[in-house]
Amino acid sequence: MENFPDMPDLHTPQTPPAIVELDGVIKHFGDVAAVNGVSASIHEGEFFSLLGPSGCGKTTLLRIIAGFEQPTAGSIAIAGTPMQGVEANERPTNMVFQSYAIFPHFNVEENVGYGLKRLKLGKTETANRVNEVLALVDLEDYNQRPAHALSGGQRQRVALARALVMQPKVLLLDEPLSALDKKLREQMQVELRHLQRTVGITFIHVTHDQEEALTMSDRIAVMFDGKIAQLDAPQELYRRPVSKQVASFIGVMNFIQGELVHEDGGTATVDTGVLGKVAISPDQIPSPVDPGPVTIGIRPEMLTMLFDEQNQSEFELQGEIHESAYFGEMTYYTVKVIGLDAPLTISIRNSAGRPVLQDGDSARIGLGTESLVILDESNTIKNAKKEL
Amino acid sequence: MKDSSRPLKLFAYTYLVFLYAPVLLLPVFAFNNSTTIAFPLQGFTLNWFNTLAEQTSLHNSLENSLLVAISTAVLSTCLAVLASRASARYEFFGKKTILSFLMLPLLLPEIIIGVSLLVVLIQLGLPLSLWTVILGHTLICMPFSIAILYSAFANMDQSLEEVSLDLGETQWGTFRRVTLPLVTPGLLSSFLIAFTISLDEFIIAFFLTGTQATLPVYIWGQLRFPAKLPGVMALGFMLLLLSLVLLSLGEYFRRRMNRLTGGEVQLGKFS
Repeated sequence: MENFPDMPDLHTPQTPPAIVELDGVIKHFGDVAAVNGVSASIHEGEFFSLLGPSGCGKTTLLRIIAGFEQPTAGSIAIAGTPMQGVEANERPTNMVFQSYAIFPHFNVEENVGYGLKRLKLGKTETANRVNEVLALVDLEDYNQRPAHALSGGQRQRVALARALVMQPKVLLLDEPLSALDKKLREQMQVELRHLQRTVGITFIHVTHDQEEALTMSDRIAVMFDGKIAQLDAPQELYRRPVSKQVASFIGVMNFIQGELVHEDGGTATVDTGVLGKVAISPDQIPSPVDPGPVTIGIRPEMLTMLFDEQNQSEFELQGEIHESAYFGEMTYYTVKVIGLDAPLTISIRNSAGRPVLQDGDSARIGLGTESLVILDESNTIKNAKKEL
Repeated sequence: MKDSSRPLKLFAYTYLVFLYAPVLLLPVFAFNNSTTIAFPLQGFTLNWFNTLAEQTSLHNSLENSLLVAISTAVLSTCLAVLASRASARYEFFGKKTILSFLMLPLLLPEIIIGVSLLVVLIQLGLPLSLWTVILGHTLICMPFSIAILYSAFANMDQSLEEVSLDLGETQWGTFRRVTLPLVTPGLLSSFLIAFTISLDEFIIAFFLTGTQATLPVYIWGQLRFPAKLPGVMALGFMLLLLSLVLLSLGEYFRRRMNRLTGGEVQLGKFS
């Protein structure tokens, strides 16, 4: 596309201003580096998730932002103000703890109004703000309910209300849904997202649950070993993971080994053995790769099962059903493919008239070039994208 | 099932009778109208309680005991707060060893503690007084205070203090509005139990007291005179009632504390 430097760029949306800026943040506990050089900027009003396995440093990073931990190196700025030497009780952030930490000696109203007491707003103003925020989290008329009489879901709402009533610039959530059962968790995912849209406050949310992060977030930072491996929007993260590590953490991914033989203007030609030579467009190469052995990823739902002779596809693979798992609306098949070492996982929607194949049945699998993505094998990212 | 448990039940009941029957003799003879402690009973009287009111040496020893018990309770609770909070919150070198030494007086025979303290005090040239008794009593009360307060601090969700800071409260404000209310029942429980232990304690007080006797030491002295025995029974009865009330109160506060800090119902688990 031709560029017109004089014309204002109307196509790329303006990046909203940053509310939290992390610059080379490092945190050591003894010899262990819990956070090992994190730089990122979190936009005003976005739902931002820190996603990673336990021990990846996501909670430590959140606690550094909250002011409960001091970084060993690097700096943080919130709303343009450097946070060096600013105590937790002076920061424009509020946190929802994993345990919710509801004050057991107070009722709902006293819990929610705890932080307001110091502001000396006066009785009516305090009561108004408490009631307003209780309405926001669907806990009207719970003012006098003692802490011990609250259910898990209600505790979570009280913890949220107690933080939101302070009108923070950034709300920090440390695995807020992990203590809830599956059904309630799914319901709260939607509600939290909705709440964030309503209040417009920046949410930074820590989770190890990739599904939760994908459902709720505007952007996700995937963390491994104290570093951000990829920072992207959910769709981008799912479709174009930069590395094998990210790809296998988010959803299910099939891997096919290949060799990058030729590169021309960003388009890579990869020899995949069983598929032959495939030209892969730059769009499908999220992180730069060098010629040599590469890994190609393909999602289970991108593969199709060719049930009839008439069904055609760009590439076809022959195999045999190894295992199948029936999930109602979907069936997951593990297929041993001739010419591939590892079996492929395929998910097939159980539409009307579609047979459910049995173990040992022969299968024809179809796939298209556009569903392939080239992955970085190494665990450290050479050139991770930081900004969208 | 039922048959096999019968001998055990019998054993348990016999055990309880042997344990508490002698205690029940206290009220019986405290109201018996006779100078000899023997059956058959001679009729009801409040006379023995009246004689107690006239004995000034008894009043002095009661005052001494109250001073010792209150000082011991305060000292033991304060020291236990420091030890409990430190061991519940922080990891430091030698933590287990230090805690074991603090809990050791629970296992040591009191007579050993009494004699050793006496030897040490004499070597140091410190005169025996009520303060040396307080010292000895604090030593034996500490394990109880620590046991109560450790659970108060350990069961308290540490995030509660962090939430308070996060909501803009200061360190001192957090202590006042969150930590203190949550451990207060524990403090009261520790205070009452240490008070009761000190009030009843005889052996250490016997060794370490100077010229001022505490109540149990006074009672011991009275036992030499058979005529005073019914009066001692009356006094013992009152002490028994007092101990029961104090221990029940202490236990009430301990349970309240567990409810508050989630000692029994863990925070984060829901019904």
